[in-house]
Amino acid sequence: MLNMFEVIETNNMIEHEKLDVRTITMGISLLDCCDNDLTALNEKIYKKITTYARDLVATGEAISRDFGVPIVNKRISVTPIALIGGCACKTPDDFVTIAQTLDRAAKEVGVNFIGGYSALVSKGMTPAEENLIRSIPKALASTDRVCSSINVGSTKTGLNMDAVNLMGEIVRKTAEATKENDSLGCAKLVVFCNAPDDNPFMAGAFHGVTEADAIINVGVSGPGVVKVALEKARGENFEVLCETIKKTAFKITRVGQLVAQEASRRLGVPFGIIDLSLAPTPAVGDSVAEILEEIGLERVGAPGTTAALAMLNDQVKKGGVMASSYVGGLSGAFIPVSEDQGMIDAVSMGALTLEKLEAMTCVCSVGLDMIAIPGDTPATTIAGIIADEAAIGMINQKTTAVRVIPVIGKSVGDTVEFGGLLGYAPVMPVNPYSCEKFVTRGGRIPAPIHSFKN
Amino acid sequence: MSKVIITVVGKDTVGIIAKVCTYLAEKHVNILDISQTIVQEYFNMMMIADMDQATGSFDEISTELDKVGEEIGVKIKCQREEIFTKMHRI
Repeated sequence: MLNMFEVIETNNMIEHEKLDVRTITMGISLLDCCDNDLTALNEKIYKKITTYARDLVATGEAISRDFGVPIVNKRISVTPIALIGGCACKTPDDFVTIAQTLDRAAKEVGVNFIGGYSALVSKGMTPAEENLIRSIPKALASTDRVCSSINVGSTKTGLNMDAVNLMGEIVRKTAEATKENDSLGCAKLVVFCNAPDDNPFMAGAFHGVTEADAIINVGVSGPGVVKVALEKARGENFEVLCETIKKTAFKITRVGQLVAQEASRRLGVPFGIIDLSLAPTPAVGDSVAEILEEIGLERVGAPGTTAALAMLNDQVKKGGVMASSYVGGLSGAFIPVSEDQGMIDAVSMGALTLEKLEAMTCVCSVGLDMIAIPGDTPATTIAGIIADEAAIGMINQKTTAVRVIPVIGKSVGDTVEFGGLLGYAPVMPVNPYSCEKFVTRGGRIPAPIHSFKN
Repeated sequence: MSKVIITVVGKDTVGIIAKVCTYLAEKHVNILDISQTIVQEYFNMMMIADMDQATGSFDEISTELDKVGEEIGVKIKCQREEIFTKMHRI
């Protein structure tokens, strides 16, 4: 039978160490909504989403009350819209109407984000996919809850450099289109390499074509819990350190598994995966950077940061994998700058640079995330940043992503406020030398030799 | 069996257990186990209870327990057992 220590430990995690379930994301396939007529297509999409996800928010809240654990976000991911809109959308503006339908559906069911305004163009782009990509600035500027993601490469296909170059432009145009709000549109736009089909986290969630009609994916969190557990292991060797992280990750993930199973049962939708990510928030005590500092770094960004993060990421996975029947998504430690108080502090004091963040993305999910850069950064430089990250993902057979925000009208030294879970960020300097001749060559970077496993 | 864990935390005072148990008895919630301790004048109690025969929904009882807690100046939490067993048992 349970003892008091165990009960108190769990409740302390929830009440004092910010343990929560970060998101229940319902993936919904829109493949059966395809139609030649744009109005009919929009109607079908709206109807399917609002029917399937009608009870999602209420169910999430009921589960939260039953177990006494916060479930912070309830969200929806849908099939990449480039595939769904292909028949009906002949121009970028046609695609924008679908973004607006998604936004309306999200507001109707009460979810705070809907992901899947996406295109998978790792090898080539169809006209529909290019139209969707070109519609992103207007789509994100004219909606509140829609998130967009574009997959520009994979280990199997190499990198689509035409798409990389185009995305450099699109990120800039999205920043311009939302400049009244500190270029907030870019916070809802992710460029991926090796994007997973079942990621529950925004802004990169979409419901891949390999998935069932509807599915429940759950993202757990809990950097605060890991940090507090490690406080008790101060001065101990790596063996003790790693064991502590694994045990803690196990406990956190079990909560996610429970919530996922309950949500699946109550909604009558199959359980997909648990995403084992340590996802920080801007709140003090909910920071991945603070874990790294607890492990022994004076500030995140100091030499040793990459090794510490690699170890943390691996132990979280080892502990979490046993706690859940299916894991997937991004699964790893997130290092978004604006959403992590420790990261913000490290950047502000000059301990953490863009180049060090790039190195850190080699060993953890997911990539250069929520980083504010000067508003005058050229599109080709942004494309170069995307190409670097995508190359890391391609060669290391992992997911990488770029979510940078060129904040129009701001430069190094300024701070940007995104609000809520998106936090705030100091504008970081970017290497001023050009890569224009490289990223505009056109064509593809071939798949790496180790992708040929057949 | 529909087991819940009820935890009570707050400054120690006369009649905390009595008040909580009286309420649970009214609602036909069967108490299976109680443990209690005082840490630095703070009262900590954990009950394992069975709500199978309860005359109210989990939500009602949980909300009313909140109110009982407010009346006696302690914090009462009611949670389904699974969150603890899942976390602490393989």
